[in-house]
Amino acid sequence: MTKMNRITEVFQSAQGPILNVYTTAGYPGFGDTMEVLEALQEGGVDIIEIGMPYSDPVADGETIQQSNQSALDQGMTVAKLFDQLADMRSKIQVPVLLMGYINPVLQFGVERFCQKCNEVGVDGLILPDLPMAEYEREYKAIFERYGLFNIFLITPQTSDERIRQIDSVSEGFIYMVSSASTTGAKTGISSDQEAYFERIEGMDLKNPRLVGFGISDRASFLKASKGASGAIIGSAFVKLVGQAKDIRSEVVAFVKGIKGLA
Amino acid sequence: MIQESLSFHVNEEGYYGDFGGAFIPEMLYPNVEELRQNYLKIMSDPAFQAEFHALLKDYVGRPTPLFKAERLSAKYGTNIYLKREDLCHTGAHKVNNTIGQILVAKRLGKHKIVAETGAGQHGVATATVCALMGMECIVYMGAIDIERQAPNVARMRMLGAEVVAAKSGSQTLKDATNEAMRHWINHPVDTHYIIGSVVGPHPYPDMVAKFQSVISEEIKVQLMEKEGRDYPDYVIACVGGGSNAAGAFYHYLDEPRTALIAAEAAGQGVSTGHSAATTFLGKPGVLHGSKSLLMQTEDGQVIEPYSISAGLDYPGIGPMHAHLATSGRAKFYDITDEEALEGAVECSRLEGIIPALESAHAFAVLGKLGAGADEVVVINLSGRGDKDLATYQKRLKLND
Repeated sequence: MTKMNRITEVFQSAQGPILNVYTTAGYPGFGDTMEVLEALQEGGVDIIEIGMPYSDPVADGETIQQSNQSALDQGMTVAKLFDQLADMRSKIQVPVLLMGYINPVLQFGVERFCQKCNEVGVDGLILPDLPMAEYEREYKAIFERYGLFNIFLITPQTSDERIRQIDSVSEGFIYMVSSASTTGAKTGISSDQEAYFERIEGMDLKNPRLVGFGISDRASFLKASKGASGAIIGSAFVKLVGQAKDIRSEVVAFVKGIKGLA
Repeated sequence: MIQESLSFHVNEEGYYGDFGGAFIPEMLYPNVEELRQNYLKIMSDPAFQAEFHALLKDYVGRPTPLFKAERLSAKYGTNIYLKREDLCHTGAHKVNNTIGQILVAKRLGKHKIVAETGAGQHGVATATVCALMGMECIVYMGAIDIERQAPNVARMRMLGAEVVAAKSGSQTLKDATNEAMRHWINHPVDTHYIIGSVVGPHPYPDMVAKFQSVISEEIKVQLMEKEGRDYPDYVIACVGGGSNAAGAFYHYLDEPRTALIAAEAAGQGVSTGHSAATTFLGKPGVLHGSKSLLMQTEDGQVIEPYSISAGLDYPGIGPMHAHLATSGRAKFYDITDEEALEGAVECSRLEGIIPALESAHAFAVLGKLGAGADEVVVINLSGRGDKDLATYQKRLKLND
């Protein structure tokens, strides 16, 4: 690992709040993955998170569930995603994360999966149902060998002690879930949530944080970003891209709108 | 010997051999961790034990009888006993667990309950204890199961529970479980999730097994009275997620003289693509918070199972059973829909007891077992067949 991970670079060089957008692989159309990535980058996104579709995504609300099912119905698999991303780095310069559930990764083979990630230029992983203890015991060494950051989640219910543990094993950033919920279940940021962001800010963690869940527009993006380095948009984007008549122009306009570049 | 015997129970980290663990998103971690830190302490408290056993006795109607099935015994040339869990209040063993868990929930300061249900038996058992304890109850049930199990939906509503249709995925038990977990993620502080089987993240499989272990605890006492020894040569139970089997096996896990026999739902047959026989068709994988055997595609997507019996219609199996199967400690049989129906007819006509379709799978093993004249067989009759009458009417042409 001589070269710096792209995620670290983004956090070091960012001028304003960082925007991370989640998109489901193979959605809305099986072959749309790269088109969506290019449009996100053109619009000015800072980090891209690609969801690997799963039949039983328990941490996700209806919008992302349906996009997962639609992609699976069209034949999306982990292997096919790697095929679609084979030439990604000739076009995409921003950091790319893969998000998904542990079972498809286990079936693909953890080592083989990490090797493929490294080959196509993936920078990190978000696997919400991979517990920290399990990660440290069995997977950390493999992830590190292939230069992959493992991104952990914290929630308003996570104890300070556990947040410190998570901070110590995290690299890149910590995914700060804005409220007790599945994705897309709640919208907006309340004063309770702002207090929670402040509490975490006051802990002086070594990793920066991005806020996710409930961020859908420029107003909520800016509000969430006050208590962190930036924010993540998922369901609102999946909804938009699912209804888009022209993916390229609508995605570019959406990202510019959130970033205030319009 | 002690080392060997310990290996079939859960270890400190929540594993049975290679299976188990707690593969949950961080949103569920505080709740599951709170439960993990407290469940053994709560369950070993004498006041808890007293309240639990008083309810099992006076409310559930325990101990359930161990009945010598003379005509079945004569037919198979052996000594067959039926453990009558079908006589429990609400008609199945499920209530042993819901009584235990609602008492745990109370001690954790929770006042709302969420549960999943497939056929509706666990949903009814949960709605029942919520009514008894005055707790709010939400039950998730697949939209398709709501259609095909209308009487149990009505029972739950009669008991004051809110029944919510799980409309995601295949709209059956697997999806109801996903929705119940999502509900818990969205209501982490005041709600306890009562899982209905020995599945889910640690400590659920162990906690549910311990509540159901009253079944084999009673069998030991009852067999001693009837046979002069407290162990049978065989214990037979059906396995979907595996809670009744876990209860019937529990006190015999380390008894080498007792063969543990599990009947899995083969549906139309293990090689037909319409089956729920997880130990025959599954590979190691993670679903609903634990690592176990799982029916899945090469890409790791969960395959929708099929069985005539809604209670066995699950693509996974509890981690304890995955370990019992792969280690060879238990022998698993694949029982088809047809064989289960024949088992149900045989139990009905030889013993005057109409079993649940789930339990009928256990009876279908008798003809394959080859038990001897001096041997003792216990079948766990996990539930009564009233809920399955519509299926029996149709498949056995009872009204033609």
